[in-house]
Amino acid sequence: MPDYSTQSLARLVQPDRVHRNLYTDPAIFALEMERIFERIWIYVGHESQVRNPGDFFATRIGTKPVVMSRHSDGRVYVVHNQCAHRGVQVVAEDSGNAQEFRCCYHGWSYHTDGRIKNIPLRHAYGARVDVNDPKLAMVQVPRVQSYRGFVFASLAPTGPSLEDFLGHIATSLDDMVDRAPDGEIEIAGGVFKHGYDGNWKLYLENLLDAAHPLFVHQSSIEAAKVQDDAVASDGSGEIAIRQMRQNGASYGFWESQVGIWTYPNGHAFLGDYHDDAKLVAAMKDPNFRDYIEALEAKKGKAEAQRILEVRRWNTNIYPNVSFMSQFQQFRVVHPISVDRTVVYTYNFRLKGAPERMFRNTIAFANVVNGTGSLVLTDDLETYGRVGVGLASAGAEWLNIARGADTDKPDAHNGRRGKNSTSEIYLRNMYEAWLQYMTGTKPGLAAAAE
Amino acid sequence: MSAAVNAATAPDLREIEAFLTHEAALLDEARYEDWLSLFAADAWYWVPSQPGQRDPFETVSLMYDDRRLLETRVRRLMQGLLHAQNPRSAATRQVTNAAILETPPGAAVVRSKFAMVEYRRNAQRIFAGSYIHRLVRAGGALKIASKRVNLVNCDAEHGGLVVPF
Repeated sequence: MPDYSTQSLARLVQPDRVHRNLYTDPAIFALEMERIFERIWIYVGHESQVRNPGDFFATRIGTKPVVMSRHSDGRVYVVHNQCAHRGVQVVAEDSGNAQEFRCCYHGWSYHTDGRIKNIPLRHAYGARVDVNDPKLAMVQVPRVQSYRGFVFASLAPTGPSLEDFLGHIATSLDDMVDRAPDGEIEIAGGVFKHGYDGNWKLYLENLLDAAHPLFVHQSSIEAAKVQDDAVASDGSGEIAIRQMRQNGASYGFWESQVGIWTYPNGHAFLGDYHDDAKLVAAMKDPNFRDYIEALEAKKGKAEAQRILEVRRWNTNIYPNVSFMSQFQQFRVVHPISVDRTVVYTYNFRLKGAPERMFRNTIAFANVVNGTGSLVLTDDLETYGRVGVGLASAGAEWLNIARGADTDKPDAHNGRRGKNSTSEIYLRNMYEAWLQYMTGTKPGLAAAAE
Repeated sequence: MSAAVNAATAPDLREIEAFLTHEAALLDEARYEDWLSLFAADAWYWVPSQPGQRDPFETVSLMYDDRRLLETRVRRLMQGLLHAQNPRSAATRQVTNAAILETPPGAAVVRSKFAMVEYRRNAQRIFAGSYIHRLVRAGGALKIASKRVNLVNCDAEHGGLVVPF
């Protein structure tokens, strides 16, 4: 592996540009897995996916396969999906319910918290296996913590707390949950799994990029603009077409009505966009009126008002999540290799909300996150072209300077762009990236061992 | 409706097979506007994301277009500035094993098997599965009231799906 010293890493990230190797060098990718994905807090899953004892959900932390499970003690565990005997993947299904996890190869079995349960031919090992050895297990991930149902894990035994890691961006997770009249949300409605031949960072970057829709999504914007609204729709197409038209908002709109806020550790959100009055589920929609009634009944008028006035668009929790509270969308980034990424996108159901509201969530998911949508397909094409373009010997440095002279400090230890077209989210992500990669992030150096 | 009238208007298998072959040819030739004209005024087109998916409203779909969105999809496909189809795909479809599942008055619910090869920019993808068409008679011509596409790998990780199945 090429040696990336702290100094050479620092040279790759400069205030207004980053080196293209960040997206192309397999050695950088390997370091990212080690120093970011296998060290800091990574979103793993939601507690609603493992509601009952024995429920499990198989996923990855970085490139490492893990299983999130609810054990008989009621707690959520995250364990490595690997048999202690011959290293076999133990849990082969994506999700389900199990009394125990049993390896297909020689039948070693594990409790749903990862502890060894039974070893066939145990006597033949004599004293050479110790069933109390925590490594003789589907090894538990050292730190697992839930924030309001969102389960994060860290492969490092020590480091900053989840609360410190999230900081002010936790309020975006609050926004996801607070919108449920019953104060609880659950993953529902299936999952999209889309892949592209490009680096994982491109996805997070694009989700906060307010300057791309006019160009990337030109085809769907133009097609939607002239659509005859008298043509039959069961509501799904109406939501999709409205969103596509919204993507065609002028720069003036993005500069005057949408902001971007960034926080330590690479987190950020776009806000003030899609206020509820403009949304599909707007006041004249009887579903939304029923929803507000339910929210007010459970939370009181003032609190309902406060909740609905939180107007966030996409929030990124670095390095693997981007979500959107107003339509309950949640996207999880899985890096595969330096030039291959897979993204799983989920929907949340708001408990206590009118059932039909979830239809809006699904219709919105289909147009914004759908593998066959009229919108996302142009994003995927673009990521692929970035991948191809970066192989060129032309631009060695990639520009991240837009708005750099007008960034300003904000409350909650953050910084904000002058407006949403600022590339402050890129500068913020790379500042965090460099701190993670060089071990200069406060509290993380100890974990580097 | 009497059985005699139904017999006169219900499509038979031969007519249905000719229709499905024609539809596949229109798609192969990227004649999307002509393809759209095969659909009824309140039609829908659906590619579920899960095997055996019950409906397009409670679970996400790879594609779910009511008539209004289908028109927008087709209009986008005809655009020159469609990045995801620059360069364009070439595709070929085989439709076989057509069987009439139900014959409500003046209509037929038909299951067929299909395979589609899509080629674009040095990469070839194969999609296969079954079509469920609900065909109705409108002014003498057959129209698609609904088309469901069950991909055998509907729950797989996919790159962008742009060309209709």
